[in-house]
Amino acid sequence: MIEIKNISKSFNGRKVLDDVSGVFRDGETSLVIGASGTGKSVLLKCMLDLVTPDTGEVLYDGREFLHKSEKERIDVRREMGVLFQGGALFDSQTVFQNVKFPLDMLTKESEAEKRDRVEFCLKRVGLEAAGNRMPSEISGGMKKRVGIARAIVLNPKYLFCDEPNSGLDPLTSIRIDELIQEITQEYGTTTVVITHDMNSVLSIGQNIKFLYEGKKIWEGDSKSILETDLKELDEFVFSNHALKQLRG
Amino acid sequence: MFRKFGKFLLFLYELFTRRESLKVYWKRFIDECMMIGIDSLLIVCIVAFFIGAVTCVQINANLVSPIIPTYIVSNIVRDMMLLELSSTFICVILAGKVGSNIASELGTMRITEQVEALEVMGINAASYLVLPKVLAAFVMFPVLSVLSGFIGIVGGYIAGTATGIITPEQYIYGIRFSFIPFNMVIPIIKSAVFGILIATISAYKGFYTRGGALEVGKVSTTAVTNSCIAILIADYLLAELLT
Repeated sequence: MIEIKNISKSFNGRKVLDDVSGVFRDGETSLVIGASGTGKSVLLKCMLDLVTPDTGEVLYDGREFLHKSEKERIDVRREMGVLFQGGALFDSQTVFQNVKFPLDMLTKESEAEKRDRVEFCLKRVGLEAAGNRMPSEISGGMKKRVGIARAIVLNPKYLFCDEPNSGLDPLTSIRIDELIQEITQEYGTTTVVITHDMNSVLSIGQNIKFLYEGKKIWEGDSKSILETDLKELDEFVFSNHALKQLRG
Repeated sequence: MFRKFGKFLLFLYELFTRRESLKVYWKRFIDECMMIGIDSLLIVCIVAFFIGAVTCVQINANLVSPIIPTYIVSNIVRDMMLLELSSTFICVILAGKVGSNIASELGTMRITEQVEALEVMGINAASYLVLPKVLAAFVMFPVLSVLSGFIGIVGGYIAGTATGIITPEQYIYGIRFSFIPFNMVIPIIKSAVFGILIATISAYKGFYTRGGALEVGKVSTTAVTNSCIAILIADYLLAELLT
């Protein structure tokens, strides 16, 4: 379980996050949604300690993260898997080497064990045949899947996905969402997904937190989001043309 | 200005904290030696050959006094190549090639979140990415400098003898005349210092890139400009110290 308490962050006097708190539970896909520029990615970076918040705490299974020593933070970091917006694959390495990288750097497993684990992860994301290809030779959706394979290769307790559907066609988006959902349920990970994609919200949103101008102003699930009376959330949800028509 | 310099010093400090295993660095060090050293061989050889040849021709053209012996031409070619051209000139060329390469590589890694991906794994990205580059530059720049000194002297020999400026015997006599062995050490020291300056300045610029592709281009240019200025200042200080 991940708990965030009173996270605030300003850049050049402009408040990007304002006293955001919340809980992300084990085995659940939690979504942080909101329009562009509402601080979703900054919140994720604060949770990962890539950006230091001005105030607030982040607790991983009760362990305070941000104000601990470097070594203690590294211990927690090694329990995390992160899928970045663009995949963040290392350009100079093949798909196989990218997925193997965390094993090389952070474990003392034998080469055979590492190879088995990488092959398993690539198979899990449906890319067992793409191991020898370079990141520049694969599509955006495949990059995301390689990113997921790399994120899960160390069996993380916490999985973070930053805009996993950005730049993808609807069908590939659905596949990526399903994959994240399956992995969360299969491994019982605490999964945090940053998105503004309403398809993801409705299909995998077990717990949804809505950010508006840096504040968390609503929390619920994929069913209650359609019945909300909150004006800001209503505008965000029904900005989707199909949903607007569905509501009539 | 002072703030930036302080940040640069902190960046250098970070290179030596939370290091990975030697095995990891060794593999990356060899890769960087290939990129910095082997990939620069051709440009270094071409530049060194022609500056040696041009130096020989220019010195001959400007030595008009009949009381100056001809072998002085090769004597000056040797000293110019060893003391200045094989280190400073070649390193300015390498600042353009290696410096821009380092800055753009790290800048691209930063804007595509590859650096963040390393940090999230608990890896010291600065140390993992930059330290092998700095060590490779420290090792390979002197090698390239020694090679360029040799090729430059050969270039002068070929230009001088082929055009009848100087005979082969006079050229060989000139490069052996009043030879000071320490002059061989000077380009090695200078190029090692320039290598560290180019690698660290370019890496610092690239590592802290913010923005997109446009900014990567800008930091690449800034890295080369700053490296060249640093080389020239260091060149003066080293000349005062070593001669």
